[in-house]
Amino acid sequence: MTGLQIVFIAVGVITFAAAVMVVVSRNLVHAALWLILALAGVAVLFVILEAGFLAIVQVAVYIDAIAILIIVTVMLTRHAMRDDEPQLNKTWIWSALAAILLFGGLLFLFNQVPDLVAQAAPLVETDDTYLEILGKSLVDVDRFVIPFEVASVLLLAAMIGAIVVARPPSSSSQEGGQE
Amino acid sequence: MIPLTWYLILSAAVFCVGLFGVLARRNAVAILMGIELMLNAVNINLVAFWRYLSSEVISGQVFVIIVFAVAAAEAAVGLALIISIYRRKRTISADDINLMKW
Amino acid sequence: MGDPFSLIANWLLDLLVGFGLELEFTKVLLKFLGAGLMGTVAMLLMLFTIWLERKIVARIQDRLGPNRVGPYGIFQTVADLLKLLTKEVLVPSGADRFVFIIAPMLVVMSVVGLWAVVPFAPTLFGTDVNVGVLYLVSIGSIGTLGIMMAGLSSNNKFALLGAFRTVAMMLSYAVPMILALLVPTMLAGSMGLVDIVEAQSSMWFVVLAPVTTLIFFISSIAEVGRAPFDLLEADSEIVAGFHIEYSGLSFGMFFVAEFLHAFTISALTATLFFGGWQGPGAEAYPILGFIYFLIKTGLVYFVVIWFRGTFPRIRIDQLNTLNWKLLVPLGLAAVVFTAVIDKWAAEQDLSRVLMHLAGNALLVVLTLFALRAYARSARKKEEAIRSELMKPSHVSGAGD
Repeated sequence: MTGLQIVFIAVGVITFAAAVMVVVSRNLVHAALWLILALAGVAVLFVILEAGFLAIVQVAVYIDAIAILIIVTVMLTRHAMRDDEPQLNKTWIWSALAAILLFGGLLFLFNQVPDLVAQAAPLVETDDTYLEILGKSLVDVDRFVIPFEVASVLLLAAMIGAIVVARPPSSSSQEGGQE
Repeated sequence: MIPLTWYLILSAAVFCVGLFGVLARRNAVAILMGIELMLNAVNINLVAFWRYLSSEVISGQVFVIIVFAVAAAEAAVGLALIISIYRRKRTISADDINLMKW
Repeated sequence: MGDPFSLIANWLLDLLVGFGLELEFTKVLLKFLGAGLMGTVAMLLMLFTIWLERKIVARIQDRLGPNRVGPYGIFQTVADLLKLLTKEVLVPSGADRFVFIIAPMLVVMSVVGLWAVVPFAPTLFGTDVNVGVLYLVSIGSIGTLGIMMAGLSSNNKFALLGAFRTVAMMLSYAVPMILALLVPTMLAGSMGLVDIVEAQSSMWFVVLAPVTTLIFFISSIAEVGRAPFDLLEADSEIVAGFHIEYSGLSFGMFFVAEFLHAFTISALTATLFFGGWQGPGAEAYPILGFIYFLIKTGLVYFVVIWFRGTFPRIRIDQLNTLNWKLLVPLGLAAVVFTAVIDKWAAEQDLSRVLMHLAGNALLVVLTLFALRAYARSARKKEEAIRSELMKPSHVSGAGD
């Protein structure tokens, strides 16, 4: 057992446990905090996989933006559901069955393909660093500039849509009791 | 060192947990948290495949960046919709938001 | 003799390897030791800088400041911290206990984590991450999360208001900060802080991009939450905001984290724009580089304290206007101007400096025109309202 394997097992167990706590937590604020732990675990996994830039972007996008959005929404809608109501719906046993079946199916699939037990070859040495290659490929006309531009248009559309949808109703029906 | 299958098993496990969260929870925000877990599991999968099988082709990392952008856009719009529904119907339980059911 | 940092590091490495430990394990152990030392020194430095700040703010306000405990009041901070340590940590009933305890730790963690990438001297830095600038942004925003958790978990309406104000302010001001951080990245060709400092060997970036320096400085002060942007803990408005319910060591952690963050952003401004450890003779004698770095950080920190003692507190709507109507468009324009001029002036000599200065001067002139137009339209609106109010039809009480 090398050091890296021990680190991977520890991080993997933490991420999985945090994911399970997200879906079974009764209190939504606690669920959001467990989600932040799971996202941080995924960032550490990216560092183990030697994709450092993606790890930092994971922290910046998920933990610093999406997690805060989720917590603010939980705060704004806190009075909708009391904590003592059942938080799983009527058909939860079928969902659990579906999830377990999917997991079993995926494990079976991994056994079928033989060269998935591959070990990691050292990273190919290139002239530029991986960060530079990534940056150049995102604006290269022959490579990925179109998905890049489409993603930025998507973000603009999402921003405008979110602002319009979440605007407080300006008509006669004013917001009643404030939080 | 670490075989590729360990990463794939972890990613499949987190994906299935997220799937259970989406299908079984009543609160709309909790459903969104399950969706974020599923997207993160897919990201682990993509980066593991990039690293082990084709580390000289940068498209693996580009795919992950596009998934980041899509996840951020979807979280923003989803949460805006939830807030809007809460304002109008005073509930965010997925069982009660059923006006369009046949 | 000029490089004590490498001397000490190599001596320790030889000592531990001589004890029989293997090389890799010793290097990891030395890294942990270095991290612990850096955190401890950062915290101990606060004992000095808090006293300095209280003295300077007092002199700006024409009074003496702490002068009882020790000569010139030097031990006042020690006395304050001893008092905070001996106070009871109260967790309010109905508060979320675990989140309440964890929140100050997250805030301190995010601030101390920023020190890991700052290069103090040519051979003294925590680590050379090649995405250092993005690391600054992402680790700095974990502090926002901690403050929000602190406000949410106290069972208190004022704390909740403070938490919402925090999210609004800190997330808004992160946008011009990120835009301003793009400019040193473009000018140096790399995101790593060590590369940015080394690229300033010919000319500091404050000469090449003065508008960006101002934008980064102002938005960093807003990110910290210091005056004039301290409506997070405005005593007269929301009774200390997110840290109402905190007492004892938990409050001490918030207190130290805020001052340490102010010192950290002074260090970051000095590194990114004022050349870090660059100076005459710094490459040959790294100890000189360290001294230059401390001098520059001290000067920027003095300006931060000066801001605190001079400006009144900004209102929330003035804050939003300043951010979204001034800083963000200015930041975007600065990025575009810098990119265009950098492509145009390909050589690395005086003509490049002059062209960047000309671009920035053009930007300032355009901003002043825009501000004049905005001020005129605001004044016209105000005069229209005032002349409406003065009309005799309104005196009888018929309102709009």
